[in-house]
Amino acid sequence: MKRTLVVVGASLAGLSTARAARAQGFDGRVIVIGDEEHRPYDRPPLSKQFLDGSMSEADLALEAPDEDLDVEWVLGQRALQLDPSTRSVLIAGGRQIVADDVVVATGARARWLNLSGSQLPGVHILRTLEDAQGLRADLLPGKRLVVVGAGFIGAEIASTAKKLGLDVTVLEVAPTPLAGPLGVTMGEVIGRLHEAHGVDLRTGVTIDHVEGVDRVTGVELADSTVLEADVVVAGVGATPNVEWLRDTDLDLANGVVCDAVGGTGIPHVAAVGDCAAWLDPAYGQPRRIEHWTGALDRPAVAVANLLGTGATVKPVAPPYFWSDQYDSRLQFTGASSNADRISFEVGSPDDDSYLAVYWEGDVAIGALGVNCVRPFTKFRRELATRVTQQV
Amino acid sequence: MIEICPLADLPAGEAKRVLVPPHPPIAVFHTEDGAVYALDDTCTHQDASLADGWVEDCRVECPLHASTFDLRTGGVDQPPAKVGVRAHAVTVQDGTIYVELSDETPNLPPGVSYGASA
Repeated sequence: MKRTLVVVGASLAGLSTARAARAQGFDGRVIVIGDEEHRPYDRPPLSKQFLDGSMSEADLALEAPDEDLDVEWVLGQRALQLDPSTRSVLIAGGRQIVADDVVVATGARARWLNLSGSQLPGVHILRTLEDAQGLRADLLPGKRLVVVGAGFIGAEIASTAKKLGLDVTVLEVAPTPLAGPLGVTMGEVIGRLHEAHGVDLRTGVTIDHVEGVDRVTGVELADSTVLEADVVVAGVGATPNVEWLRDTDLDLANGVVCDAVGGTGIPHVAAVGDCAAWLDPAYGQPRRIEHWTGALDRPAVAVANLLGTGATVKPVAPPYFWSDQYDSRLQFTGASSNADRISFEVGSPDDDSYLAVYWEGDVAIGALGVNCVRPFTKFRRELATRVTQQV
Repeated sequence: MIEICPLADLPAGEAKRVLVPPHPPIAVFHTEDGAVYALDDTCTHQDASLADGWVEDCRVECPLHASTFDLRTGGVDQPPAKVGVRAHAVTVQDGTIYVELSDETPNLPPGVSYGASA
């Protein structure tokens, strides 16, 4: 009988897993289980080009038109349980899918606001195609939008909505937006983009509840200020989809805790993408990284290790992500958290284009480029070369 | 044939974006091992200049989203781009780079157009 690889999750990480298996010569069965009805689609445009209508649903497809991976797709079916001893995956409806090898790629889901009134029509989150379609229908010119959370998703939605002619307010609980990924200094600089484009950013703000009777009419803040709103969207982070693995011995402390190549500790079970926290050798601890490029690149490493294909794969590169807000193209690589200073290698924060480099002592550990693609790409390449040589 | 520039003005390892209206801009690459190639400059996924990209092993990686294109054929290897870019014929004569534009239809990303060729 042919060896069977079951991939649980049918988004970028799941598709990349199936692709990597085939590219590395795996000729067994590949079954991909997904809880959404759709074939794999690209999520980053959902807050940008899909939301403003410049990209269609067809444009989001991740598979090429002529691509044939010989995959058995099991879509619209949620995985409910993994039995590690038999490596069988129980899906809704009671069907058991038995595997020789399992890759967990179940991703993460957007957090809802845990507030009174947050279930009212007109309150949105954004993760799936359906979320984006629902939000898009509500983003009508002249309407008032309150965005909860000034992270990347929130900032991109605010930017798109402003372009569509809405009156936009962004609320952030932290004193500085994006301080986690970018650090306080650059978080504050990037946060100024909102004001510069006519969007009201309010930081250090807590919401008490969402107002409305049969539809949202506003939000009331902890200091009793009421902001009227026709639409509310929350961009307050994501939770890894790992509850279905509860009955296993897997370490689920923050997603599925893995070694540096995606191994979970259970033989023949690996994890990739937003649900997985791979050991980061540079930090000596697992880090759950919710970046598109991680979901794209890491499955090849996990598959080579899991299936023992012997394939030569690109080593894990330093984190990289991008964000498009207003007229600014942001790109970040490496890390900001251990930085003790920032230098501007190109431009300054008052310019439209600059490259900010993060330093730990005399070592450059990360960079933020804003409309600065070529110097940023050069830095990213040098950092990747240096880091992958060290490991 | 379009005259691009003297070869000496494009050092090995460098790339440049060249405007060729009314056609979409092209990217001309001079690789570390001395070959010169020309592709459409705009990634087929989103508006990004491949001349700003990362060249390795005769492929250029889009500087935004990791799709890579073969410098010889324009073929794409991984998402988010699903179709290749056009490759243009390059000749170097008397130390000058010339490009003969492909007459295929360009694969521009959604929402991007260039003049009459859109």
